[in-house]
Amino acid sequence: MSAQVLEAPSRSALAGLLLAMADDEFVLGYWDSEWTGIAPVLEEDVAFASLAQDEIGHAQALYQLLADLEGGDPDELAYGRAPEGYRHARLLDHPRTDWAFSVARRFLYDTADAARLDALAASAYQPLAGVVAKMRREEAYHLLHMHAWVERLANGGQEPRARLVAAMERLWPDALCVLDGIEGDELLAEAGVLAEPMAAVRRRWLAGLAPELARLGLPGPPAARAGACRGPGRSDDFRWLWEQFTMVRRSEPEAVW
Amino acid sequence: VSGSTRALTREAVWEALAEVPDPEIPVVSVVDLGLVHTVELDGERLRVELLPTFVGCPALELIRASVAERLAGMAPVVEVEMTFAVPWTSDRITAEGRRKLRESGFAPPGPAASGAARPLFATIGMRPTASCPWCGSADTTLENLFGPTLCRTVFWCNRCRQPFEQFKAI
Repeated sequence: MSAQVLEAPSRSALAGLLLAMADDEFVLGYWDSEWTGIAPVLEEDVAFASLAQDEIGHAQALYQLLADLEGGDPDELAYGRAPEGYRHARLLDHPRTDWAFSVARRFLYDTADAARLDALAASAYQPLAGVVAKMRREEAYHLLHMHAWVERLANGGQEPRARLVAAMERLWPDALCVLDGIEGDELLAEAGVLAEPMAAVRRRWLAGLAPELARLGLPGPPAARAGACRGPGRSDDFRWLWEQFTMVRRSEPEAVW
Repeated sequence: VSGSTRALTREAVWEALAEVPDPEIPVVSVVDLGLVHTVELDGERLRVELLPTFVGCPALELIRASVAERLAGMAPVVEVEMTFAVPWTSDRITAEGRRKLRESGFAPPGPAASGAARPLFATIGMRPTASCPWCGSADTTLENLFGPTLCRTVFWCNRCRQPFEQFKAI
């Protein structure tokens, strides 16, 4: 399927989905890079730098798909918006905080993202299916890594476990937002761009996660999320991150790289 | 004049591509790694499509430019593009590529196909394994899923007590 085949409302929903996914990966990648040099062990410096590089690469490919669909420049999409213009899930408004918090956030995000990527693997929108096929192979490593860390902290004695549980309890309401806040997702499901609406993807994610959370004795999701999922209101922490990742570009907007 | 009008063949293009090294692991070429998706020869136009190993690999533009530079002049119009038309997987690395990797101390990747068909979540308990490229022992321990570049994993050989890297099965 090419973009021309899509009716205007589906096309607009597709653009919204691409922007939300790209912003999720982009913002998470920048939070990950905050650990470079200060992770608990040297191996994690390397791992989180790799995770960050993967996520920013995924964002770049998704911004390119959006630019191909709607026109515009991927770099401008990535760096040229005000903080209110970003559409990442509220889960990614939190700062890195401590190690258990970053592990909990990444685990919740990666498992939700896995459910989303599974729902796009057979997308009728070929350009997206192609990028997703590649992303899924890379995200399998992210899942393995974060799962290993969750297990280690959950079984790692009193303090690691207490920190992990506290982080998950704090993050769960916002984690539900990763598979929410996409306008027109039912249209995308009807058009075959997405295998099923986001509510169904969310249920599949939670059903897949439940046995693992039970096994490790970790908290599950609350009954409902609260508030808007993908902006425009943003935390001061995200504004700080935005200042960081747009700093070079704002200093010389006309520079050619 | 006869010499200069000799037609360019696909074989000559593949031979030229086999001379372009991977910038991060130069012992293997872009052909050894299976990065070449298509070679199209259409009159005056030569078009080559390459597959990115990793979406965020910082060497992609360098690889594309190196291939374009090597092919420049072989046809009046030379186009080299990256494509996501099919996913690059480590299963595309050739037998020759695997031999070269092993000889330079990299464990070649195991089969990668398993992750693609089933739900991503089902892959969660998998752990990569590797045989030591130095002594051949299968008694190895995964040290870090993430290595010095996106495509590498770090292992430790319990027999010859050496660290080594594996090209990721992906």
